[in-house]
Amino acid sequence: MAQERRKRSQRFYDYSLLFAIVFLTIFGLIMIYSASSYKAQIDYDGNAAYFMIRQGAIAAVGLVVMIVISKMDYHWYAKVWKLGVAVVWILMLLVTFTPLGREYNGKKRWLGYGSFSFQPSELVKIVVIVALASMIVRYGKDIDRFAGKFRVMLLVFPLALIVVFNNLSTGIIIVGIGFVMMFVASKEKWPYVLCVAAAGLVLVFAGPIGKALTEIGLLHDYQLGRINVWLDPESYSQEGGFQVLQGLYAIGSGGLFGKGLGQSIQKMGFVPEAQNDMIFSIICEELGLFGAVSLILIFMFMIYRFLVIAGNAPDLFGSMLVVGVMGHISIQVILNIAVVTNTIPNTGITLPFISYGGTSVLFLLIEMGMVLSVSNQIKLEK
Amino acid sequence: MNRNLCRYKTRALVVFLAVGLLMLAMTGRLDYLMLFRADHYGQMAEDLHQRERTIKAARGRILDRNGTVIADNRTVCTISVIHNQIEEPEQVTQALSRELGLSAEEIRGKVEKYSAREIIKTNVDKETGDRIRSLRLAGVKVDEDYKRYYPYDSLASKVLGFTGGDNQGIIGLEVRYEEYLKGQNGLILTMADAAGVELENAFEDRIEPVAGADLTVSLDVNIQTYAQQAALKVMEEKNAKKVSVIIMDPRNGEILAMVNVPEFNLNDPFTLNTEPEEGSTASKQDLLNQMWRNPAINDTYEPGSTFKIITASAGLEAGVVGINDHFSCPGYRIVEDRKIRCHKVGGHGGETFLQATMNSCNPVFIDVGQRLGVERYYHYFTQFGLLGKTGVDLPGEASTIMHKKEDMGLVELATVSFGQSFQITPLQMITTAASIVNGGTRVTPHFGIKSVSADGERVHTFTYPVKEGIVSAETSETMRFMLEKVVSEGGGKNAVIEGYRIGGKTATSEKLPRSLKKYISSFLGFAPADDPQVIALITIDEPEGVYYGGTIAAPVIADIFRNILPYLGIEAEEVAVDYSRETTYTNF
Repeated sequence: MAQERRKRSQRFYDYSLLFAIVFLTIFGLIMIYSASSYKAQIDYDGNAAYFMIRQGAIAAVGLVVMIVISKMDYHWYAKVWKLGVAVVWILMLLVTFTPLGREYNGKKRWLGYGSFSFQPSELVKIVVIVALASMIVRYGKDIDRFAGKFRVMLLVFPLALIVVFNNLSTGIIIVGIGFVMMFVASKEKWPYVLCVAAAGLVLVFAGPIGKALTEIGLLHDYQLGRINVWLDPESYSQEGGFQVLQGLYAIGSGGLFGKGLGQSIQKMGFVPEAQNDMIFSIICEELGLFGAVSLILIFMFMIYRFLVIAGNAPDLFGSMLVVGVMGHISIQVILNIAVVTNTIPNTGITLPFISYGGTSVLFLLIEMGMVLSVSNQIKLEK
Repeated sequence: MNRNLCRYKTRALVVFLAVGLLMLAMTGRLDYLMLFRADHYGQMAEDLHQRERTIKAARGRILDRNGTVIADNRTVCTISVIHNQIEEPEQVTQALSRELGLSAEEIRGKVEKYSAREIIKTNVDKETGDRIRSLRLAGVKVDEDYKRYYPYDSLASKVLGFTGGDNQGIIGLEVRYEEYLKGQNGLILTMADAAGVELENAFEDRIEPVAGADLTVSLDVNIQTYAQQAALKVMEEKNAKKVSVIIMDPRNGEILAMVNVPEFNLNDPFTLNTEPEEGSTASKQDLLNQMWRNPAINDTYEPGSTFKIITASAGLEAGVVGINDHFSCPGYRIVEDRKIRCHKVGGHGGETFLQATMNSCNPVFIDVGQRLGVERYYHYFTQFGLLGKTGVDLPGEASTIMHKKEDMGLVELATVSFGQSFQITPLQMITTAASIVNGGTRVTPHFGIKSVSADGERVHTFTYPVKEGIVSAETSETMRFMLEKVVSEGGGKNAVIEGYRIGGKTATSEKLPRSLKKYISSFLGFAPADDPQVIALITIDEPEGVYYGGTIAAPVIADIFRNILPYLGIEAEEVAVDYSRETTYTNF
């Protein structure tokens, strides 16, 4: 035992992942500056760096928090997950049903008091990851039984539902995280394969399905409009295709190597809030296909590091935590790029580490701290 | 446990591979968008970003027949401010206020206004614009533009016309030759942000403007200037309302001068040239329209005795009268139930047709008209081209106001015979007379000779219809002879110029209503009488005092001819003074 304790100084720490995190965060800041400076200069009285400075301050705090968390033992999360679930429920109810919830662009996503505000739905993602990891460890093999699945669903679906009220995409991500974690934990194959197949079919036949659902009154016209815009943005530019098209213009005008950093024209008010969900289109415009694929490769590298850490985690709980984070990052990156390239209908999803958003970057860095903490518990065998 | 962990690893790997596959799909999608659709979306994006700014094309100049520029362009500047480029608002305000002579408050308001571009002042002359530009004030823009400029101010104002705010022709030749003069505006294509604000240092595309073609017109600045002076002089002397002078080359219809005094200043066309009459209710726009009117073309009048040229030609052409035919004038002629008086109350007594023409004797011309009859008179009226418009290349030409043939009785025929009870434009009068004395070729009066593109490469020469044989050569020659006699020995003797053979005819038309006793005195003259190279018509509207055309109008034409004939290279013949002509006639 004494020998083992000494060995702790020999523990692993995933510096490659740390490097990827820091790189993406700083790259994000640069792109936020590039995408937002023109509008910021106009809207914030000449302060071109407005968005970058805000994001940078939160990211700096977030990085410190991440390092601190990464040095802590992750096992204590398992003890407080129920408390976490209770907290996010309270927060979600507060943001959805009380005046504490702040509305922006018609969506009540922010919980705020005074100048302080944050999006509880970002916290929900972490809590779901921790809660599911704890449940999977607790139920073990029983997770494939009905009772196990039912409890997991009982946790995930109501939470996802309350999030969906004001944030469809985060709801989808929460369900997606649950799906990925359950898939990894489960022995079963077919339910998951069927789910994926069904999702694929819905996507392929979205047009006719949307039409049918609208006819029987299950879908609102504006939702059908989104589907139509997705299928043919140029014909439905009045119904909202304009925004989608703006993103496509940005991507299309990038070409192989882009216009060069800072040279985007689409960011000058054409792509609305270019520093947010659509920032990937500005990256495409300025850095070209080369830059876009490079960014995808960095994300792939990060996800690969998650795979490695999950595979070498000292226990199932750590492994499942990392799998959850991996699911989270993967789903969000893929959905964001799919939306920006109009591969799926438009829904607001941020690009992790890159898009502007204080809550998002703070909680992402906390998640990264958790993953690094798991990596830190891996014992190097001599 | 170990096996379980292995299963988790495999599952996690499956997730990773699925993610990799989806990422690959996204990359493929990006490849498609950024490589294969790049042109499509790039073009659409460019269309969206580009803003067009027009560069005004320089309007073609107007030159007289000798190449003197009579309508030109002057560079003027538009001064504007761009709010978010201004660095020192107070300095900008003070500088612009000082340079432009505007109040500081007015400028400060525009400087502080949050807008893309605020125009401070337009039509600023180039020196001021250059001075402001040299101050290099951030946020102040000096854009150059063209403005029409007429070096001779009021010369031929009603003929040339002027241009409006977009450099488009408004009246006169400026509007008639718009398509030649206007040129093609150029474009500056710049990039703009979503709010339409142009981007600094953005790639610029430029489509150069094509300057309008220069127009050469038949006017001669010297002749026009002299005729204008002469017209002004007689207008002042006789306190007339207005005086028009048309000088034309009868051989081809080229108009050498067209004066309509009072003229107006083409460089300031919206300022009235006369004080509005007391109690006048006419709006300013009506008064401006009145000022811009070209009475030689836009207004009709009863030509009076000058029209006897037409009646005589028709009579000679039809063979119903010869120059030596004898007539008698008792001072009146009774047509049907109407007694139509000669201007000479006692009558001219017995006279030949030639003498009757020299005397401008109404009864004789009534007789000629009656001999022709309505049918034939109308036939010649039409054949001479009097019924339609002349086809002059100016807008708004008035039509002849004539009796309908079926409504024309003998009384109407009688009055038409000496130029009353119908109306034509002065231009129609001179054109018809020119066509009769030039050998019988109906010409189209015109100004436009040619247009030459700004680069000098494309030359377009204008052609005008002519109609030959409206009278026979003999009739034409007889008319020249008779009209020369009118000047040398008849009512037009005030138009005699030593050494030149002048033909002509005077007229004094009583304006309607007759009771007002207002007159239009006119004289139509041409020279040389045997080979007319220049023909002129003066109409003096409402002269005061002596109003006889022969007394007040003929000397003006004589004065003009005396000066322009040598200028046109028509040499004076050896002076053979004939002192036998010193008898005084009643001038008509």
